[in-house]
Amino acid sequence: MREPREGMTEHSLHLDGPEATAAAGAALAAVLRPGDVVALSGDLGAGKTCFARGLLHALGFAGEVPSPSFPIVIPYAPPELGLPLWHVDLYRIDDPEEIEELGLEEARADSALLIEWPERMGPRLWPDALRLTIDRDGPDARRLTWAAPAPWEGRWPPRT
Amino acid sequence: MALILGIESSCDETAAALVTSDGRVLAHRLAGQEEAHRPFGGVVPELAARAHVEMAVPLVEAALADAGVTLADVDAIAATAGPGLIGGVMVGLMTGKALAHAAGKPLIAVNHLEGHALSPRLADRDLAFPYLLLLVSGGHCQLLLVKGVGDYRRLATTIDDAAGEAFDKTAKLLGLGFPGGPAVERAAAKGDPRAVPLPRPLVGSGEPHFSFAGLKSAVLRARDAGIHRAEDIAASFQQAVVDCLVDRTRRAIVAIDGDVSALVVAGGVAANQAIRTALAALAESNGLAFAAPPLWLCTDNGAMIAWAGAERFGAGLVDDMEVPARARWPLDPTAEKARGAGVKA
Repeated sequence: MREPREGMTEHSLHLDGPEATAAAGAALAAVLRPGDVVALSGDLGAGKTCFARGLLHALGFAGEVPSPSFPIVIPYAPPELGLPLWHVDLYRIDDPEEIEELGLEEARADSALLIEWPERMGPRLWPDALRLTIDRDGPDARRLTWAAPAPWEGRWPPRT
Repeated sequence: MALILGIESSCDETAAALVTSDGRVLAHRLAGQEEAHRPFGGVVPELAARAHVEMAVPLVEAALADAGVTLADVDAIAATAGPGLIGGVMVGLMTGKALAHAAGKPLIAVNHLEGHALSPRLADRDLAFPYLLLLVSGGHCQLLLVKGVGDYRRLATTIDDAAGEAFDKTAKLLGLGFPGGPAVERAAAKGDPRAVPLPRPLVGSGEPHFSFAGLKSAVLRARDAGIHRAEDIAASFQQAVVDCLVDRTRRAIVAIDGDVSALVVAGGVAANQAIRTALAALAESNGLAFAAPPLWLCTDNGAMIAWAGAERFGAGLVDDMEVPARARWPLDPTAEKARGAGVKA
């Protein structure tokens, strides 16, 4: 497995395949805390759920990590993993106002949120969210770029 | 004979139905304007718990009126208690609890997947346990050994995307329109299923599960290559899904080794004719009967919840008022975990 830091520039990281994408998710597990919001952008097929799988497995979750596109929210909680995490996918949401119905704000009180298709939130996305984007960089390769606001200083990118 | 009221609100819309224990559907109502779009689970989810609240009781009243009965005539009230979007699940379950409490009737908490698993027996009263069920919808892709009421063994599940989701997203990638499943099927009819080499994730693999994320990525690559017609990609994609479903189902048939008499397919993806034909042929070549409930019963509905309630009621399985709503609720908690780490297309 590649170390996620390999090939890293200041604000992006080359991922040479699905394993590297999952490893980047696993690197996030080491620094994630309850209340954190991670906004994960990327087109269909970019590997967002693959990243989520790497994160959840690194947090100790042993089961399958299905795409949340249809259920929209899949909550995970201890003892199945190390911290409560909501895996959210806003792909099917048209109206940003509907997102309030999901109770994400309330969930932040004790859970971390990993949000796919965060663009659907528009300006409602919290300013303290870690923004990650996965772009295609060849047939299998991807590029992970990020914008890390102050609460993420020293946590992302992870030091190795 | 018992009369069961069923309430479903775990997915995109709210539904209510009245079903008898001898398999007659006296009424079934589905809220919302998206019925025409439902085969693959719809794309306009009703997130607002408030909207489910507004619809649940009028739907129950309408179903009772359709059936020409009152709440006093009902023997038990079944409501979906999960899995699903928690706000909607809570509304349906709370409505069921309130009606059960007010009318002094037993409450039955139904797992949404159990509704799907038992629905073939509502469509065909001669279908006996055990049978092998392939559940393919927008949100699920599972092989279940249905051994009896409340007795399910999950043989396989998707480790990433559900089959219906793969159809929807392929339609989106190819610009084929909406709803995605029928759009892909229509385009595929005009294409060559051998034109575009696409992967068959996990086919031939020793593990029993499904995977469609790699197929989705391959569709994206095929599109971006700029040398294929959308119809050919659609046809090749559909063939790849058929091959995956057939291979995994064949593996399950071998694994359970003659334990079942029928192969049943349920879920909105069962509407796809190529999938249906291939599964029917698979059943025949293995000496199994093949059944697929009518489409209205394959997609999410209240009748399957009422029917699962009727089956559970018949088996003496009722719940108390403390039963919780659950966002995640595996039908077979003992199922082998499907991690899917490092799976490549």
